[in-house]
Amino acid sequence: MSTAQLPTPTPAPIARYRFRRPRIASAWRQPLAVIGIVLAATWIVVAILAPVLAPDDPLGQNAAPLTPPGSDHLFGTDELGRDVLSRVLFGARLSIPLALLLVGLALFVGATLGAIAGYFGGLIDSIVMRGADLVFAFPAIILAMVVTAVLGPSIRNAVLALVVVSWPAYARVVRGLVLSIGQTEYVTATRLLGASARRALVRDVLPNVAGPVLVLATLDLGNAVLLLSGLSFLGLGAQPPQPEWGAGVAEGIQYFQFWWIGTFPGLAIFTVVLAFNFLGDSLRDILDPQSSWRAGGEGE
Amino acid sequence: MSLLEVHDLEVAYRRQGVEVRAVVGASLSLERGKIAGLVGESGCGKSSLARAVVGLVEPAAGEIVFDGTALSPLGRGARPRHETRLQMVFQNPYSSLNPRRTIGSQIGDGLRLGGGGERGARRRSVGELLEQVGLPSSAAGRFPHQFSGGQRQRVAIARALSVDPSVIVLDEPLSSLDASAQAQVANLLVGLARELDLALLLISHDLAIVRHIADRVFVMYLGQIVEEGPTREVWAAPQHPYTEALIAAIPHADGSGTLPEALPGEVPDPASPPPGCRFHPRCPHVFDRCPTEVPPLYELGAGRASACFLRDPLGPVREPTTIHEGVR
Repeated sequence: MSTAQLPTPTPAPIARYRFRRPRIASAWRQPLAVIGIVLAATWIVVAILAPVLAPDDPLGQNAAPLTPPGSDHLFGTDELGRDVLSRVLFGARLSIPLALLLVGLALFVGATLGAIAGYFGGLIDSIVMRGADLVFAFPAIILAMVVTAVLGPSIRNAVLALVVVSWPAYARVVRGLVLSIGQTEYVTATRLLGASARRALVRDVLPNVAGPVLVLATLDLGNAVLLLSGLSFLGLGAQPPQPEWGAGVAEGIQYFQFWWIGTFPGLAIFTVVLAFNFLGDSLRDILDPQSSWRAGGEGE
Repeated sequence: MSLLEVHDLEVAYRRQGVEVRAVVGASLSLERGKIAGLVGESGCGKSSLARAVVGLVEPAAGEIVFDGTALSPLGRGARPRHETRLQMVFQNPYSSLNPRRTIGSQIGDGLRLGGGGERGARRRSVGELLEQVGLPSSAAGRFPHQFSGGQRQRVAIARALSVDPSVIVLDEPLSSLDASAQAQVANLLVGLARELDLALLLISHDLAIVRHIADRVFVMYLGQIVEEGPTREVWAAPQHPYTEALIAAIPHADGSGTLPEALPGEVPDPASPPPGCRFHPRCPHVFDRCPTEVPPLYELGAGRASACFLRDPLGPVREPTTIHEGVR
């Protein structure tokens, strides 16, 4: 056997194809994300355009009371002759901006305290985190009820009460991430290059914290809408005649045989919460830097 | 005067209230343009030594003198500028680069922190650093996950080079790479040491690599340096039974049919090291002095040293000993 008979392998052409899908396109491959985006976008549009879309004045008692849903009043009218559809549409103007505000405030307070706790450690860490534990020890809605009861029932106080009960979640997550990312080798490496701990925190740690916290905040938006409606349902949030969804459900309970009064605000709450939950879940997948949609097939 | 000197370094941790001395009285020195290898089994304190040498861990005792001044352990503030010339490269190139920043920005960190000029100049310097480690300068705009392990390790080396270092401690820089990437990065390290007149401390459990690229070698066992000397001579004639065993344990390409000799037993727990010579429970040449006395590092001339009583210039047995029943 001579080696000359061995077939010489032809060098295979190295394929350098790169599939780079546009970023939006891959998000469309997740049906839940699409449902979440469509629902949330619809509600935001509704909140902005409520005065244009609403067929009637949400506070005006212009129709016969307790009219069932029909061509005149799509969602019927309530016991005072107000158009339920208009009240649901205007409710979006209340619930969605307040939920955003509430989550924003809780995120700001919680993330700041959590970052401080994680960065300084020691006594400061203990004080902040024991404060968080204290809040965690009570069910959110109960504590929020106590706070609103003390401050006096109003929608503004309901938001404040919910900030008080929601910040610890952010503090805990941010503190944990600051601690764990602070231990990574890439932070050590920047420190060795001459960065101070504060600089490393700002440039290397916090950007890596932002993703998970954003996911948490999006998921929390749904929760915020739910809690806010819950407080209003209990009479501690929005006061009549404000067209709030939770208050609408409470009203519906008093007139149970006229199902449309409570059902439509309830459906509004349901769809908004669902939308933000889907959105948060999808965001979690998208923000993972290792997930394939961003790698684009380059390198290994 | 050597660039980096470590005197009697001790590193201790507390583990469940028990003090664990990971490094016990290690001394070494590094010279410009030379590569020193530090070898030993896993868990013998190599990484603890590395972290202490660059100031990441406060030593329990001993001192580290870098370029004539004592090194201060890293606190919350920025490292003093002259100390940044002592750099480190980590084992895992997947966790030593920030996944959310481009590699150009991460390499640029060193230049920025060193006060290195305006944007354009910095970008050119980043490109030059990348080319120095064998990557195209166009790679600067990419993210770490777009590179292979070997490429990432090159990026990590480029980042260390960005502050114009004189000493780089490399903690197992090759062990997470595949064979061809290992060879490339190893060659890169040799080239850099010679070209830039760098002192490298290469920590590895891979004896073959250390043998190929290190000029001097330090052998570590359970927190102690048991032998040191020029690589070639240590390999040709090891002066410590542990080194002997390590070298015998390397599989040979031509050793057809013969299995490498394994050392009996396991590395003891550093929390409760054996008394006397720490190697004596596994040593084939153990005799009565070993379990009772701690052997110092005997200077053997020609830059060699060994911590074994067999190399005691006064003879292995100093006085007529009563041979105990229990000693093998």
